[in-house]
Amino acid sequence: MLKLSRYVLYDILRSKVILAYTLFLFIVSVSLFRMEEDSSKAMLSLLNIVLIVLPLISLVFTTIHYYNSYEFIELMLAQPLSRTRILLSEYSGVALSLLSSLLIGVGIPVVIFSPNDTGFALLFTGCALTLVFTSIAFFASVKSRDKARGIGAALLLWFYFALIYDGLVLLILFAFGDYPLEKFTLVLSALNPIYLGRIFIMLQMDISALMGYTGALYQDFFGNFIGILFTTGIMLLWAVLPLYGAVRSFRKKDL
Amino acid sequence: MIRIKNIGKRFKKLQALDNISAEFQKGQVVSLIGPNGSGKTTLIKCILGMVKADSGAIHVNEMQINGDPSYRSQIGYMPQIGRYPDNMKVGQLFKMLKNIRNNSLNELDLDLLISYQLKDIFEKPMRTLSGGTRQKVSAALAFYFNPDILILDEPTAGLDPLSSEMLKEKIIAEKNKNKLVLITSHILSDLDELTTHVMYMQEGKMQFLKDIETLHEETGETRLGKAIARIMKGEQFANKWIKKIFSEETDKTTIN
Repeated sequence: MLKLSRYVLYDILRSKVILAYTLFLFIVSVSLFRMEEDSSKAMLSLLNIVLIVLPLISLVFTTIHYYNSYEFIELMLAQPLSRTRILLSEYSGVALSLLSSLLIGVGIPVVIFSPNDTGFALLFTGCALTLVFTSIAFFASVKSRDKARGIGAALLLWFYFALIYDGLVLLILFAFGDYPLEKFTLVLSALNPIYLGRIFIMLQMDISALMGYTGALYQDFFGNFIGILFTTGIMLLWAVLPLYGAVRSFRKKDL
Repeated sequence: MIRIKNIGKRFKKLQALDNISAEFQKGQVVSLIGPNGSGKTTLIKCILGMVKADSGAIHVNEMQINGDPSYRSQIGYMPQIGRYPDNMKVGQLFKMLKNIRNNSLNELDLDLLISYQLKDIFEKPMRTLSGGTRQKVSAALAFYFNPDILILDEPTAGLDPLSSEMLKEKIIAEKNKNKLVLITSHILSDLDELTTHVMYMQEGKMQFLKDIETLHEETGETRLGKAIARIMKGEQFANKWIKKIFSEETDKTTIN
């Protein structure tokens, strides 16, 4: 497995897109920390980048990479390798390169400028979101044979998770505002990894005190060990389930 | 070595393979012949596990194909259109596959690598290669691991006469080493000197699988092309479509 991933990684590094991405993250993080006097304000800006840009890049990069390495996959299929192994090697290659970009581009500045709970929560969420969206992108691209459709599906998924979902939640909260929805919103948070990540990081910051009763409830839930366990578990599910679906349909596919 | 039993495959409306059964043994060179779209490549891809058959079973070396990929270590495959990672250099490609297959049992077979002088282009990226050179790389790769079974999908298409001749010599050499070779081709004269068996397919059905002596006897022709032509005429399965077109045209003229 590692043997194959090595070639996938090598191929990714050659294209230099991943290097540009690392550099982009690094410059943005450093300049945010340098511009703001208060490092927690910089964290807030960085939070938005991690929550919006990271999933987008993970989705688009993975989808394009999958279609570009179609020849490689085809070549590997004629070799004595199982399909599961081929796809998982592709996944680990892509995920590993995106993760290392994040850890270098955001991780180093965070460790230098703001090495506290919030910083590590941000890094944790970033890593989790990278894995989740790489896995979702694999699912989308294995399912659709056509390149344009695959990338389109990935973009739509991003729109849904990053923008539309928030609107839907607001709508629900607005419509059913008369009922006690605190517990229900906890469930809603589990249905969107970006949403969950945002709550998780917010609660590590001081501003959660401003969020009233719901904030207090969240603080109670997410602030302790069970909350961390819950977040990790849900994120893990979000990463594993689409990948499992991708492997399943890849095994049955005619190539 | 390869046993195919009642294989069927459907692509939406098209019945690509229709209940095909066949058996290939060591030392045979089997020519898969048939018009375009008759299911030759699909059959090959089923044997390689790239296409999953809807029904039936395929055994390679007495092992049924169902998920375990190890049987492919005994197969060398040359695809119809060799597609390779663009950025990879020719040398890297060979090195990578050596690393991945990593079978110390078989010695590497460098014959084609040497006769096609591929060492000279080891530093060239795959995307810069011409179609013919790419085909040479595919051929050299198929033979590289000295497999017991060779599956060649239109091997001589795109090769210059000299290279094509070298490939044929290589195939004969492998046949004499008691290996099984499966070839599809539309250039019947290329197959003439190689083939021991002929499998004729049409519209996903196998019309016959005969050894070449029987074929010669039955038709009284010594050349494969003519023998096949005669069989097609005699049993009239190939010119169905010609008839159809003609009858449609006569229909039109009568209407007019």
